[in-house]
Amino acid sequence: MTTGTTTNETPSAVSSWRREALAGLRDTAPILPGVLPFGMIYGATAVAVGISPLMAQAMSVAVFAGASQVAAVDLLARDAAWITVLGAVLVINSRFVMYAAAVGAVLPRLRGGKGMLASYLLTDQGFAVTVARSQKPNTAGSLLPYYLGASAALWTTWQTGTAVGIAVGGIVPPSWELEFSIPLMFLALLIPTLKDRPSWIAAVVAGAAVLLGRDLPHNLGLMVGSLLGIGAGLVAERGRPGEGERP
Amino acid sequence: MSRTSLLILIGAAALGTYLLRASFLSLVASERLPLWAKRGLRYVPPAVLAALAVPAFVPAAWPPDGAGSLVRPAAAVVAVLMGWRFGSVLLTIGSGMATLWLLKLVL
Repeated sequence: MTTGTTTNETPSAVSSWRREALAGLRDTAPILPGVLPFGMIYGATAVAVGISPLMAQAMSVAVFAGASQVAAVDLLARDAAWITVLGAVLVINSRFVMYAAAVGAVLPRLRGGKGMLASYLLTDQGFAVTVARSQKPNTAGSLLPYYLGASAALWTTWQTGTAVGIAVGGIVPPSWELEFSIPLMFLALLIPTLKDRPSWIAAVVAGAAVLLGRDLPHNLGLMVGSLLGIGAGLVAERGRPGEGERP
Repeated sequence: MSRTSLLILIGAAALGTYLLRASFLSLVASERLPLWAKRGLRYVPPAVLAALAVPAFVPAAWPPDGAGSLVRPAAAVVAVLMGWRFGSVLLTIGSGMATLWLLKLVL
């Protein structure tokens, strides 16, 4: 942490950058063992339905979005038309627009290569930990390295899981249910966001809507539920002028 | 699907997904959002996190068929209690997984 009196802080700025990146890595560490089997399942399934190992890995690098990749493989196995597959991928990944707006609001203005990298690396978990971190005091200036550290860890784990799944199939016993750590993390991060009544309402409405929309295709329930929850929060906020305002 | 078609499909999927991600991160500044959307950002975390978490813990069938389908909800309850009490993400995840494994062992 700088004291604010000196202007040339290069050495401590670099080490602070690295410290923040490691903090991002540390905070995603609990769920990396859950991301790995998910990647392995994708890799193993892709190869099993006839996609070449190179293409399967290429999809993990190029698209880098597990839920949509798994859906795409499933549709390809059923000989779906390319437009159906593409449509499914884009609908499932439409949630990234919400994440981008939320993360974009707490990161500094990003240009050029940094902006492209930060965009490419966006994930559910990266969004979740970064937004959670942004609500802690004194974190405003350091969220970019934090976000990149967390996202790099997730990216590496995803590529590794894919590669292992392609090579040897799913070797982690499914009974371990390591993937369960991922929704547990979302739950853990949800708790501190329930700070006021409109936030509670947003969460309850979103949760209920997602359950009702469980049978919708392409994870549409997630998007619809989230939007309904956000809307409910805004409505609840309006009911009490001043509540929900930042102090 | 031919190899070439698959390659083009992956390329299109990659580009489309990238544009979705870049939308408010590097293409458009989030300051450009209308006021209601900016206020709505405040509720993205509780709404989205709830939407992501809830389906994993609520059994698909109602009424729940057998004790096995109550394992995940029970793990979620333990995790929430621990999270609320101690505020540690690691403890929340750990206690949830421990409950899951314990109950699976016992049932």
